[in-house]
Amino acid sequence: MNELSLYLLDIVQNSIKADSKNIIINITEDTKEDLLSIEVIDDGKGMSEETLKKVTDPFFTSRSTRRVGLGIPIFKELCETCLGSFQIKSQEKKGTRLIGTLKHSNIDRPPMGNIVDTIYTLIINDEEVEILYNHSFNDKKFTLNTKELKQILDGISFKQMDVMIWIKDYIKEGLRFIKEEEL
Amino acid sequence: MKSLEDLKKIREAAAQKMSMREQKDGYRVVVGMATCGITAGARPVLNALVEEVSKRNLLNVTVTQVGCMGQCALEPIVEVYDKAGERTTYCRVKEKDAQRIITEHVIGGKVVDDLLITKFLK
Repeated sequence: MNELSLYLLDIVQNSIKADSKNIIINITEDTKEDLLSIEVIDDGKGMSEETLKKVTDPFFTSRSTRRVGLGIPIFKELCETCLGSFQIKSQEKKGTRLIGTLKHSNIDRPPMGNIVDTIYTLIINDEEVEILYNHSFNDKKFTLNTKELKQILDGISFKQMDVMIWIKDYIKEGLRFIKEEEL
Repeated sequence: MKSLEDLKKIREAAAQKMSMREQKDGYRVVVGMATCGITAGARPVLNALVEEVSKRNLLNVTVTQVGCMGQCALEPIVEVYDKAGERTTYCRVKEKDAQRIITEHVIGGKVVDDLLITKFLK
């Protein structure tokens, strides 16, 4: 994978599969501290201590269609390669909290990539899950909360063409605003 | 800049247009979105399918994401279930193929032969 946004999409799929109702995605970019962190917090079914020990092992998976599970291991590997760290905490029936930190300027750090499409994909394809997305870049912050959008839409689906276009543009413009100084 | 106010206006316009409820008796399109699918490029494929269905106002078609289907080397994989539940599996689907799957298969009822998984499995 060559985009951080694809790693994020993959990780959040785990939260969705764990029957989460609320997912918080926090992306923090701090060029002064030279850090980039990606945090995912869900209220899904969580994992037992025993399972948690095995999630970073590529030869562990909960699925039956194949015998390897690479999502978490490759993200952990990436964080460590980029002189950062990886942490995952989980409690059964409570949820899971995962945070990966990378050195922002590290030569091996993949670009953020199309983060707009990742958030957009998550929002429009799983209307039952509430997503709170916070993305900060130094002192500026962009937030998107699906609960707030649903309140406005009042029963109208995200999968309406006009609504989809609005969501995509809203994220795109919001991120452009917080990253102004970098451009 | 897009604002939440704009979304309110879109909502009003959409509510007026909505005369039919979404029906669930038609085609079901599923896209593999596990690590293998995402790495192979399933994200734009999924979005293109959803957008095509919405653009054409196909109320009885649902597009959903699933996990790994066990053929990681052939991802992105898209499966189409027709009204009778018959399954057609497409593989190595690209963003530009999404439109063909919707127009030729879902609307036209004709299987898109050159994307069929059977061509790749010996």
